[in-house]
Amino acid sequence: MPLTKKEWLALEKKANELRLLCLDTTYWAGSGHIGGGMSVMDMLTVLYHKYLNIKVDEPLWEDRDRFIMSKGHAGIALAPVLVDKGFNEFDQLKTFNHTNSKMGMHLDANKVVGVDASTGSLGHGLAIALGMALAAKIQGQDYKTYCIMGDGECDEGSIWEAAMSAAHYKATNLISFVDRNRCSIDGCTEDVMRLEPFVDKWTAFGFIVKEVDGQNIKELCEAIDFALENKTESPVMIMANTIKGAGIDFMENDYKWHYGSMDEEMYNKAKVSLDKYYQSRKARAEKEGA
Amino acid sequence: MAGLLFTAVESTALSTAEYYGKALCEIGEEHPEVVALTADLGKSTKIGMFGEAFPDRFFNVGIAEQNMFGMASGMAKAGLVPFLSTFSTFASLRSADQLHTDICYQNVNAKIIATHSGTSFGQAGSTHHAIVDMAVARSLPNLTVICPADGMETVNAVRAAYETPGPFYIRINRGFDRVVYPNTDYGFELGKAVEMRKGTDLTIIACGSCVFQAMTAAEFLENTDGLKVRVLNMHTIKPIDREAIEKAVMDTRRIITVEDHTVMGGLGSAVAEVVVELGKGCAFKKLGLQDEFAPIGHHEDIMSILGIDSNGIIDAVREVMKSDFELDDNWEDEV
Repeated sequence: MPLTKKEWLALEKKANELRLLCLDTTYWAGSGHIGGGMSVMDMLTVLYHKYLNIKVDEPLWEDRDRFIMSKGHAGIALAPVLVDKGFNEFDQLKTFNHTNSKMGMHLDANKVVGVDASTGSLGHGLAIALGMALAAKIQGQDYKTYCIMGDGECDEGSIWEAAMSAAHYKATNLISFVDRNRCSIDGCTEDVMRLEPFVDKWTAFGFIVKEVDGQNIKELCEAIDFALENKTESPVMIMANTIKGAGIDFMENDYKWHYGSMDEEMYNKAKVSLDKYYQSRKARAEKEGA
Repeated sequence: MAGLLFTAVESTALSTAEYYGKALCEIGEEHPEVVALTADLGKSTKIGMFGEAFPDRFFNVGIAEQNMFGMASGMAKAGLVPFLSTFSTFASLRSADQLHTDICYQNVNAKIIATHSGTSFGQAGSTHHAIVDMAVARSLPNLTVICPADGMETVNAVRAAYETPGPFYIRINRGFDRVVYPNTDYGFELGKAVEMRKGTDLTIIACGSCVFQAMTAAEFLENTDGLKVRVLNMHTIKPIDREAIEKAVMDTRRIITVEDHTVMGGLGSAVAEVVVELGKGCAFKKLGLQDEFAPIGHHEDIMSILGIDSNGIIDAVREVMKSDFELDDNWEDEV
């Protein structure tokens, strides 16, 4: 189903709320992986508010869609999403990263409700997601498994082991994303370790790659619809070109904001920037939506 | 669990891994949720026997151990019971991060049956010897670690792994093990050592292929030296049988551990931890690799060179019998 303007605007509103909640969580925690949290938030919003077939009152429902956050440091973005959905208590966000909190920077599936796999050590998620996707086939279940990887994470050889297997096993019920924000901790991905020609690599490994603007909800939805309608034997990879720190002007495209902390002044500036960003995003939806 | 009672007649004809393959097929027949994964070692590890019986539930992921462990984690989380097999050194080191994070941290119901353990693939050299795998596996929370003495015990261990929720690491040898048990019906119990031989002079605590060697040594020592040597088959490395170790300290006051593995972090260390925490005087010696890599050679030859065969154990027993320590019965002053 094509995205209606009304739906688009609703998703923009939700994405804005979640970006603000991610900002708050970072502020409460004292620091956090806010750059990659902001770049991935549109993907999370679209998945959790349009596509994922999940039940808040039955988080371990056997037939639920699975979601694996392979770039586990984006727990700072996933935690607000799961709290906002109702899986976890709001106050848990206020203890994020605090001693004895259920929520640490890399979410623990055995502690945070709604998390399908504990990640953090990079390069693990795609293999876990593939295992879940194949389990669905073996057990005759229709659920989909979604996986978001970081681009820097794709330096890990294990990602490519899993990629080879996903194509080999024709895991078309696995829908993968790369959050292509072009930054890792030490610098720009192409300076630290060149990934390009990145799309060609995924294609060569047997994926159908859809390249989209990862900060455009309509394009993300179109790509997921494409993946859900995929009738080939090749899995779909959505290469989401994103902006590290999207929406917070002083963080955008600056790899130094992979992980950072804010004082009150910065926090307030970030809020102003996010509001401005939301207005521009809303205007685009109004203009381009149908 | 229902099924075959494996017998000694078969044990002369089958390698330890073939026993594993048979046992797994039997479990797979009864339980459709059991799946199997390997990393291009289906034939060598004998998990391929499961693949022949149940091709739709068998995944050979190619030479990609990290991916295999990750996939197994995902499958286990989705309700399947994955068995994974590769060589012990790769299972414990090549994919150690996945073993740590995807299997143990998430406490999934995955069973690792690692073959070619210790120096059993001796000719292949140190790249294929697994001399630290028990140390790695033992240190990982949630993981149960078993080192069976022979084919029969492997069958029991594999069945116990299926029947007990949570991750397991079972290390078995390449090729044929010397027969320790004529059948599977000897009362195998997870976490409980099997007393193979009674004795009051000294206790040998062994695992894996060293159990047979310990029994041979004990029999010889009784005949030649008149020593009554207790032999414990400590098949479960974690959780370790503290009670059996404490009893050995109190009853015999002399303990020797024997393992086809480094003495740092494996069976010897596990036993030593219990002995030290008990706080009672005890002569103690660990046989195994003494912070060294093993030479290349046939398994039996390597065991001899390392002093973990019956001759090496006999020498060690005689040496420890000479150890000087307080012999009175007053334990209180030793705490």
